[in-house]
Amino acid sequence: MKPPLFDYVRADTLGEAHAVLAAEGPDARVIAGGQTLIPMLSMRLARPKVLIDIMRLPELATIEETEDAIHVGAAVRQAELLARPELANRQPLLAAALPWVGHAQTRSRGTVCGSVAHADPSAEIPLVLVALAGSIALSTRRRRRTVAAEQFFLGLLSTDRRDEELIAGVSFPCTRPDHGYAFREFGRRHGDFAIAACAAVVTAGSVRLAVGGVADRPVAREWGALSGSALDDAINELAYDLDARDDLHATARFRRDLVRQLGRDVIMEARRCLA
Amino acid sequence: MPRLSASDRCSVRFLLNGRSVAAEAEPRMLLTDFLRHSLGLTGTHVGCEHGVCGACTVQIDGKPARACLTLAVQVDGANVRTVEDLAPEPGRLSVLQEAFRRHHALQCGFCTAGILMSLDAYLKTNPEPSEPALREYLSGHLCRCTGYVPIIAAALDAAKRLREATAHA
Amino acid sequence: MSVQAQAWTGRSIERVEDAALLTGRGRYIDDLGVATGTLHAAILRSPHAHAKIKAVRTEAAAALPGVTAVITGADVVGLTTSLPVGVRAPIKCWPIAVDSARYVGEPVAVVVARDRYRAEDALDLIEVDYQLLPAVVDPHDALDAGAQRLYESLSSNVASDRRFRYGDPQAAFAEAAHRIGIDVHYPRNSCTPLETYGIIASYDPGEDAYDILSGFQGPFSIHSVIARALKVPGNRLRLRTPPDSGGSFGIKQGVFPYLVLMGVAARVAGRPVKWIEDRLEHLTGSVSATNRVTRLEAAVDRDGRVRALAWDQIEDVGAHIRAPEPATLYRMHGNLTGAYDIRHMSVRNRVVVTNKTPTGLNRGFGGPQVYYALERLMQRIALELKLDPIDVIRRNLVPANAFPYRTASGALLDSGNYQQALEAALRDGDLAGLQARRDAARREGRLYGIGFAAVVEPSVSNMGYITTALTPEERAKAGPKNGAQATATISLDPLGTVSAHIASVPQGQGHRTVLAQVIADELGLKPSDIVVVAEMDTARDGWSIASGNYSSRFAAAVCGAAQLAAARLKSKLARIAAAQLNVGAEEIEFADGKVRARRNPDNAAPFGRLAATSHWAPATQPSDVDQAIRETAFWTPPELTAPTEADEINSSLCHGFIFDMCGLEIDRVTGAVRIDKYVTMHDCGRVLHPGMVAGQITGGFAHALGAALYEEYAYAPDGSFLAGTFADYLVPTSMEVPAPLILHIETPSPFTPLGAKGVGEGNCMSTPVCLANAVADALGIADIGLPLTPAKLAAATQNAEPPPPARTAAAMPAGKRRALHGAGEARVAAPPKAVWNALLDTRILASIIPGCHDVEQVSATHFRADVTLGVGPVKGRYRAEVKLEDLVSPRSATLIGSAVGALGSAVGKGSVRLAGDAAGTTIISYDYDAEIGGKAAAVGGRLLDGAARIVIRQFFEALARRVAGISKPAWRLWLERLLAQLGRRP
Repeated sequence: MKPPLFDYVRADTLGEAHAVLAAEGPDARVIAGGQTLIPMLSMRLARPKVLIDIMRLPELATIEETEDAIHVGAAVRQAELLARPELANRQPLLAAALPWVGHAQTRSRGTVCGSVAHADPSAEIPLVLVALAGSIALSTRRRRRTVAAEQFFLGLLSTDRRDEELIAGVSFPCTRPDHGYAFREFGRRHGDFAIAACAAVVTAGSVRLAVGGVADRPVAREWGALSGSALDDAINELAYDLDARDDLHATARFRRDLVRQLGRDVIMEARRCLA
Repeated sequence: MPRLSASDRCSVRFLLNGRSVAAEAEPRMLLTDFLRHSLGLTGTHVGCEHGVCGACTVQIDGKPARACLTLAVQVDGANVRTVEDLAPEPGRLSVLQEAFRRHHALQCGFCTAGILMSLDAYLKTNPEPSEPALREYLSGHLCRCTGYVPIIAAALDAAKRLREATAHA
Repeated sequence: MSVQAQAWTGRSIERVEDAALLTGRGRYIDDLGVATGTLHAAILRSPHAHAKIKAVRTEAAAALPGVTAVITGADVVGLTTSLPVGVRAPIKCWPIAVDSARYVGEPVAVVVARDRYRAEDALDLIEVDYQLLPAVVDPHDALDAGAQRLYESLSSNVASDRRFRYGDPQAAFAEAAHRIGIDVHYPRNSCTPLETYGIIASYDPGEDAYDILSGFQGPFSIHSVIARALKVPGNRLRLRTPPDSGGSFGIKQGVFPYLVLMGVAARVAGRPVKWIEDRLEHLTGSVSATNRVTRLEAAVDRDGRVRALAWDQIEDVGAHIRAPEPATLYRMHGNLTGAYDIRHMSVRNRVVVTNKTPTGLNRGFGGPQVYYALERLMQRIALELKLDPIDVIRRNLVPANAFPYRTASGALLDSGNYQQALEAALRDGDLAGLQARRDAARREGRLYGIGFAAVVEPSVSNMGYITTALTPEERAKAGPKNGAQATATISLDPLGTVSAHIASVPQGQGHRTVLAQVIADELGLKPSDIVVVAEMDTARDGWSIASGNYSSRFAAAVCGAAQLAAARLKSKLARIAAAQLNVGAEEIEFADGKVRARRNPDNAAPFGRLAATSHWAPATQPSDVDQAIRETAFWTPPELTAPTEADEINSSLCHGFIFDMCGLEIDRVTGAVRIDKYVTMHDCGRVLHPGMVAGQITGGFAHALGAALYEEYAYAPDGSFLAGTFADYLVPTSMEVPAPLILHIETPSPFTPLGAKGVGEGNCMSTPVCLANAVADALGIADIGLPLTPAKLAAATQNAEPPPPARTAAAMPAGKRRALHGAGEARVAAPPKAVWNALLDTRILASIIPGCHDVEQVSATHFRADVTLGVGPVKGRYRAEVKLEDLVSPRSATLIGSAVGALGSAVGKGSVRLAGDAAGTTIISYDYDAEIGGKAAAVGGRLLDGAARIVIRQFFEALARRVAGISKPAWRLWLERLLAQLGRRP
């Protein structure tokens, strides 16, 4: 279980990282915290020609808060974001979901954007990003573009990032006074990949429910102010639309049941926060 | 920095247990192998090499980290601490290590170094941990011998003694 | 022995092992320095459950700089003989695949290189041609006479079929009021020590001798096994163990085939070879407990008294019957009646081979499988007869005045008071409180259950039990096997200090500490005065074939042997002291570091001075003392005799008793189990170190909890292994393991020197079934199988599922497990005929198959291609074959394909349908079923479905783009080429 050969570039400037990405395209892989990439290398599942280490780029190591969003740079570690004072007030969904990402011993190294780049269907950070309708900033040497989270995650480990692009950062919309938030997850053990995770964002007139761990990407759906059986029907429809599958840990039916229950639970909890 | 070619060995300089060290590594070399086989510090163990078991946990810049999920080249310039640095002096144990011995919180000892490094970092920032918080924190480590019960007891006991020592100081 | 007022034995002193282990100074195998020039091995393993190996091409790997040797099955066959097979069967058992691979993870080649990284690089360059064969996975299927055979030399996959009869079970069943039965499918699991296997092997061609260092644990029967396999006399195989071990739980005994493999590697390479197994190899390829299918029936009186049992066990040992298997099946043979007084029993034991990893020792060794059936049955009896489960247990327990008690199948239960233990557990564990909590929970509609299990924990196994697998005639031919030789050596150096050497090969249990306590008590010293050396060297140390660390034999057997050795030395020292102190030897006592006259303590000599006598002044010794320098004691209990003609076997010397009880709650929605309270009562005879006994119980409980709720070595129907990482093989963490309440009574064993019995494995036997009984009680269901996963438990309580909205109903998958299936649609701006032609054109295929490097057209409808497939960063190169069948031009076809590469293999079948519309557009609809095996299935099972969907979608989207010609010229180009082929011009 040892990694195959690869070249290594520790980028000293953003331009250097962009240049290698532009030159090597799909054969290059960015390494940040390495918590997902390194086991894939050790198992020889991934065989990049070159790794570009971006952790020494100060411009990527920042968390900036504007009035409506928390902007997290690509070199920001999960633990750093979680430890941010006032996070629970600024974005309660993020504060609720981050402790479910791996374990303390991996959050200390793993980056927020690394989890986004990997696009595991069970990962919490992509789920939160989709639930909040956040966005991903991508850059090349020449240009920068921003992609809405729902457009970014295309499927299993697959994103809208082009080979020459670097994920520069992600933006989580901040809490708003008329919004309620809630997050729940079920896995077999603490720290396991979610069998199902649900995040809700509600207002007096709307419900937005995002689900991770069931489809091949986090999926969000928005409704009006549904309640009672209309809400149950809507969640049930979503549960089926996610096209859950059986695997070693759970059946498709079990996943749909979790979506129906956890989905309803988070919506109710978010509404209580609203009240 | 210039691109390091896959089969080139490059010099990695960092602070290891308070001393400046330098050694050569291929870009692909894991920190576990680097510490154990290049630098001779075999106290850090390898249990799964995919980041789940926690046996290889060390401290990088004061934070617990999986050495098996880290490339040697990534710690260039960092401050790395391993289990060999925990005891205050040869023949003496730290408060945490003593608590482990007192509570029989280890049997084969293979997972122990990682757990100690995690707890050492944790107790510095959380001097009064609750049992549930400790259980959650330690869920990043696998132990197959003890059933965890004495490990939790040792951690709580060590925290208490460290608090007392701080109060008396 | 002299039990002093302040005996060390029985106290929880701190362990001598811990200072080194806590400071990173442990000396585990991978920490030890190796000889200069030592090379590193990596193993190529079969990705297929069952395949003929047509060719192994190693040239490219051998040519890689830094690679010294590549070893294949042919090399191993040339230099070794087959490992012994555990039953009389005309089959061979090699440590590497020879001609056929019979399980996923079976070694196929070994690379020896300058470091492990380089060795793994070379593995990537080895090409193996496999011809796939159907896999036999389910033990029931293995019974089928028409099933694919694993061994051509065997007439079926049943390697052993034995029937036993004790008492008169037929009559008992005929007379009993009730016949109550249960069916159990016990899954595979493993205690997965955190340290994997490791070996450092060297070969001396001058002496034709092997020297192998490894964390093997014994029984030392593997020494003879390996010497025979390597074709050297026993004295030319030196086995050594490192000072520290990162755990074993039986599993490390399974390292032995690799000892042969690495011995060969060192011989071929001409250099020492080191191999450290990695975790993926360990989970996939090292031993586990057996999975077993059991039908157990009881003849029961109206009041719940069990008169007879009828066992029918089908043991799945995997692809080889590597000795000591089928030991797992026979380990409990003497105690198949558990803690109960049942005089009549029939047993049918069948051993089958399947395309799974070979099994071996694992904590509990056959106990979990047996007690799961027996204790589930006891609960069923209570339920069906509407009796209190505790009353059914009480009514059947072996009476307290019946010890030593000979069971129907021959075990001699040494001591116990099961009634006292049970009543104490119910009282101190507060069953009444648990029942009140259950009542309260149920009133609130919550799912709360209480479970019980009463278990006899055997320890100190009888070497002879394994031969119960043979018929009496076969046994007579092979010669008797029995006993449980244990040994210890105690020596005194010229400064009069005490050292002990033992052949117990501890794996973290703290043997050095306990032995120091026992010896200190014997010699009137402090434990810190004694140094115990536990590492082993078969060329230098005392050992026997039964030595080692297994069947919880340390406290009972090894400590006993050490105490005997100490007592012998003490007796000699007493005679020397008597001469020096001018008193009778019977007057001498050893205390406080002194040897003194009992009635005149001032008449004394320091122990160290006396103990040095034989070194410095042997002439001063009394004439009846030869030397007082070194004593080696061997001890084997006379109770452990070979199986009788009637197949009665005293399979163990000691039999502890456990009574477990627990209350747990199940979440109605998530199916998650929350253990409210767990009580475990133990009688393990005399307790030598309470802290370590608690550690064994808590650790065993955690293993058992894992087996009950989380862990399974799961296989797909095609034999793919599905639990290849610690993200899929779920080991409990600190969040999942509650603290059990541990209770004790002590009825010392009359058969062991210290009265101690083993305690290391009991909870692995009692806890899984106790939890399952509680779950069955909570859910009110009759059948429940391990592991008790949330999805399974939720399914047991769920109502009909809310129906899907009408529009998605048609798209619902059939719910087939493991096989990947999917469907999709692509729209192409070209007529069906053009699409059809494209599908049959190699050049078009080459341009649209994702990552295609080369397509070769074998026939009009058969293509072969090299492709790079993957999702995200996960990419691998595969050799793909596609055949088209059922061609209905231009409307539909069936595609049958396979892909084989380093990341695994896939076989699949799909159908493609083309429908045109008036606008010249074609709608391609497709569906597929695929099975993926190898590394991809083992480490990424959770993600396979999505990956298959992506790859197949990529193909059809590329087809659509290509055919439609996002740019018209490409389309024209293709048409022109097509027409050119047909000899026409546009």
